[in-house]
Amino acid sequence: MLKSAKTSRLLASPYLAWAFIFILVPLGMILYYGLTDDAGAFTLQNITYIAKPAYFKSLLLALELGVISTVICFLLAYPLGMILAGMKLGRHEFILTLFILPMWMNFLLRTLTWMTLLERKGVLNDILGLLHLPPVYIINTPAAIVIGMVYNFLPFMILPIYNSLSKIDDNVINAARDLGADPLQTFLRVTLPLSVPGIISGITMVFIPALTTFAISAMLGGSKVLLIGNVIEQEFTVAYDWHLGSGMSIILMLFILINMVISSVSDRKEAG
Amino acid sequence: MKKTFEKIYLTLIFIFMYAPIAALIVLSFNASKSRAKWGGFTLEWYANLLSDSEVLDALINTLVIAFIATIFATLIGTVTCIAMMGLKRRSRAIIMGITNIPMINADIVTGISLMLLFRIMNVSTGFLTVVLAHITFNIPFVMLSVMPRMKELNPSVYEAALDLGATPYTAFTKTVLPDLLPAIISGALMAFTMSLDDFIITYFTKGSGFDTLSTLIYNEVKRGIQPEIYALSAIIFTVVLLLLLFINRVPHKLSIPHK
Repeated sequence: MLKSAKTSRLLASPYLAWAFIFILVPLGMILYYGLTDDAGAFTLQNITYIAKPAYFKSLLLALELGVISTVICFLLAYPLGMILAGMKLGRHEFILTLFILPMWMNFLLRTLTWMTLLERKGVLNDILGLLHLPPVYIINTPAAIVIGMVYNFLPFMILPIYNSLSKIDDNVINAARDLGADPLQTFLRVTLPLSVPGIISGITMVFIPALTTFAISAMLGGSKVLLIGNVIEQEFTVAYDWHLGSGMSIILMLFILINMVISSVSDRKEAG
Repeated sequence: MKKTFEKIYLTLIFIFMYAPIAALIVLSFNASKSRAKWGGFTLEWYANLLSDSEVLDALINTLVIAFIATIFATLIGTVTCIAMMGLKRRSRAIIMGITNIPMINADIVTGISLMLLFRIMNVSTGFLTVVLAHITFNIPFVMLSVMPRMKELNPSVYEAALDLGATPYTAFTKTVLPDLLPAIISGALMAFTMSLDDFIITYFTKGSGFDTLSTLIYNEVKRGIQPEIYALSAIIFTVVLLLLLFINRVPHKLSIPHK
C-alpha cells in the first residue's frame, strides 16, 4: 500500500523511538544494575544472592504457590470451558461474559474482597459461627494467597481454554465416535490434544502473574509470607538497593524466558 | 443427568465468583463499622465517599490517564501498523518482537525498569510518568489488535481508488480506515481497560503524593479497610456490569485481553 519504503520508515519511526526509550533502554538498565555493584564494576553477586536462604525461600514459595494456583485454575476452568463450548450458540456468549465479568472489576478490589471474607472476624467465620461450625483461620497463610490468586486469575484460564474448545469441529468428535471410540477415548485422544494451545496460553496467563505478584501476597499473606515479588518490591521501595532488586528481577525474567521456550516448543509440536 | 451435573458445576463456579462481590455490596450498606455485625441499613459510606476529595481526585486521575494513554497508544499503534506494511519482513518481525516484550514480561519488571529510567533521567515522577508508562504498555494491545486485520486488507482497493483519481489521503480514509476501524476500536477499548485496571506499573512509576484508584486502594488497605471502600467497590461493580450489558447489546464483539 505504501509504495515508498521511505514513507514507511518515517511513519514507523515515532514508535521505534518510543519502543527504544521506554522498552529497550529500561530493560538495559535492569541488566546494568543487576550485573554491577555500587562502584559500577561487573559482578554476579546480585544474582547469586538468590542462593541465600531467605531469598531462595521466597522464590521457592512463589514457584510453589504459582504452580498450585495454576493447577487449580486449570482443573476448575477446563470442565467449565467444555460445558460452555457445548452450549447452544447465543446463550453461551452471555454466560461466558458472566464468568469473566469480575475481570473488569479492579484487581485490588477483587483481592480486597477476600481479605474481608477470610479475616479472623470476617464474613466467612461469621457464617461458620451461625452454622455452629468452628472458625477457620486462613488469612495470612499461603492458603489465603492461593485463594486470592485463583480468584483473580481464573478468567485468564477460562478464556483461552474456552476459545480453543469452541473451535473444535463437531465432525471430528463424531468421526471418533463413529470409529468406535468411547467418550473417554474421544476426550483423551481428540478433544484434549486439540485444546493444548488454549491450555498453554491459559497456563502462561495465570502462572506468570501468580509467580511475580506482590500485591496479593501483601494483602492476603500479611507481612509473614514473602514471595519473590515482595522481595523485589521491598528492595526498590524500602531498602533502595537497585542493584540487588535488579538482580532478582533478572532471575524472574529467566523464568519468564523458560516459560516462553516451553510454550513455543509445544506450540510448534502442535503445528507439526 | 449430565445436564443437571453441568448446571450444578456452573452454579458452584458462579457462586465462587460472585459471592465475594455480593458480600462487599452488602457490607457497603452496613451501618456498623465492624464487619462481623449487621448494624442496620445506611447510605453513610456512599455519602462519605462522594465528599472524599482524595477518592474523587484518584478517580479523575485514573480516568484522565486511561483516556490520554489510550488516545496516544491508538494513534501510535495504528500508524505503526500501517507503516509496517511497507517494511521488509525482517524489520516487521523485529518490531513485533519488541512489541511483544511488555506483553510477555512480568508487570513488576516493566514497572521497575520504567522507574529506573525515570529516576536516572531525573524526570520527577507523577502524572506525566504514569501516562508515559501507560502509553508504553497500551501500544502492544492496539498493535496486536490492528495488525491481523491489516494483513487481511486487500491493497488493490486502495490502489484502485488512487487510479480513479483519489488523493492518497482520500483513498486512505475511504478504503483503508473503514476496514481497520473495528480492530482499532477494539484495540483502544482493550488499552482503556488495561489502563483502568493497572496497579503494578502505576505503583512503581507514580512517585509519592499522586494516586490512581488502584494505588489509593492499596494504601488504604494497608491502613485498614474503611467501609467507604466497600461503597466504592459496589459502585465500580455496578458500572462495569452496566457497561458490559450495554456492549453485549451492541453487535460488536469486545475482544478479550491476552494477558
